[in-house]
Amino acid sequence: MPTFVYMTSCDGCGHCVDICPSDIMHIDTIYRRAYNIEPNMCWECYSCVKACPQNAIDCRGYADFAPLGHSVRVLREPEKATISWKIKFRDGREKNFVSPIRTTPWESIKAPSEYALPSADAFKSQQLSHEPQALHIDTLPTLTPRQSKEG
Amino acid sequence: MFTSNPFAALSTSVPPAVMQAYVVVMVLLVAGGTLFDIWHKQSARYFFNHWRMAKKQGARQIGGGEMASLAVRTGLVEVLTSAEFCNQQRRAAHLLTMYGLMIYVVATIILVFYYPTPATPVPVLVPALWHIGALMICLGGYWFWFFIRVDVASEGNSPLRLVRADLFIVSLLASATLGLIWSYAQWVGSATCATVLLGLYLIATTVLFGSIPWSKFSHMFFKPAAAFQKRIEQANESRRNLPAPAKRPATFGGVRRHSHHF
Repeated sequence: MPTFVYMTSCDGCGHCVDICPSDIMHIDTIYRRAYNIEPNMCWECYSCVKACPQNAIDCRGYADFAPLGHSVRVLREPEKATISWKIKFRDGREKNFVSPIRTTPWESIKAPSEYALPSADAFKSQQLSHEPQALHIDTLPTLTPRQSKEG
Repeated sequence: MFTSNPFAALSTSVPPAVMQAYVVVMVLLVAGGTLFDIWHKQSARYFFNHWRMAKKQGARQIGGGEMASLAVRTGLVEVLTSAEFCNQQRRAAHLLTMYGLMIYVVATIILVFYYPTPATPVPVLVPALWHIGALMICLGGYWFWFFIRVDVASEGNSPLRLVRADLFIVSLLASATLGLIWSYAQWVGSATCATVLLGLYLIATTVLFGSIPWSKFSHMFFKPAAAFQKRIEQANESRRNLPAPAKRPATFGGVRRHSHHF
């Protein structure tokens, strides 16, 4: 289900624009509020729904299975590390889900920009950025040629 | 410069009655533009429909006393301190611009209606407040314009790109900036520059107050109403259809130990 923005609730902070992996959350040029420019291209990852601090983003079901009258609302509570979903069906039935979303306190994970820039030699390495320290291990496990053949 | 009344110096060429009539016309443009905006966008209709729906969906009714308390809290928190902004820089810039505009407008009205000529000496504080208000608008406004504006900060557009959403902030900044430069030109005694700048200042100010149906000016009236409605919806537990707040899990984010929903 692609997402859409309630423009009256949006305060134009840009969180959804920053987080959208499909780059389809943009800022309206008349009201300076966010909107989904291309719902067809929405990955339905719901990153924007979960990130919105104003709870201004909702999911709109496809017309063939979720006709008018349904709603999908999300409440993220970072201080509890939970996310709650309230699904309302057209016939009035309601389902509520609460799920944990983090194992560490909110904002305790360093942002990529807070790490030191890798050296030019790092480009020659097979390891990804900040491996293996970021994985909290000394070295990455490797396979011997024999283990590789055994599969 | 900060203690000189720019409107008193202007009274030698423009009669005070004309200046006062201009201010009245600007006030009427604000009132008329806001009413036209409400009618054109049907925002009042949307607001009251939403209000009725929230009341119907609410688990409890809100009494008059509680509603008054919520209105006071909305005024103190959302309106006076702009607490709805999660970005603290944006909040600070908004507060600077908002209070700057209020001080600037009130000081303009006092100067034009009570001290329009050099014959009535003005207390130093009033022109000082006019200049401080304009400076606060410039500080908050240019900070927002170049660094915080979401289409620049998040979308990566050029700070110099102009769209319709910029009409309010551009005309406000132009009015405050040109007002300050006009006051400076008068203070240094450059008559030609002062006349040209006065013309530009009047154009910017007229656009600011006359473009309400197309600009974001009237958000200052709509936003408090929306914030009040949000508080009402929280209080009557309709919560804009949002889920109820979750119980705090016994173990913080214990995904492995709680593989099912808790």
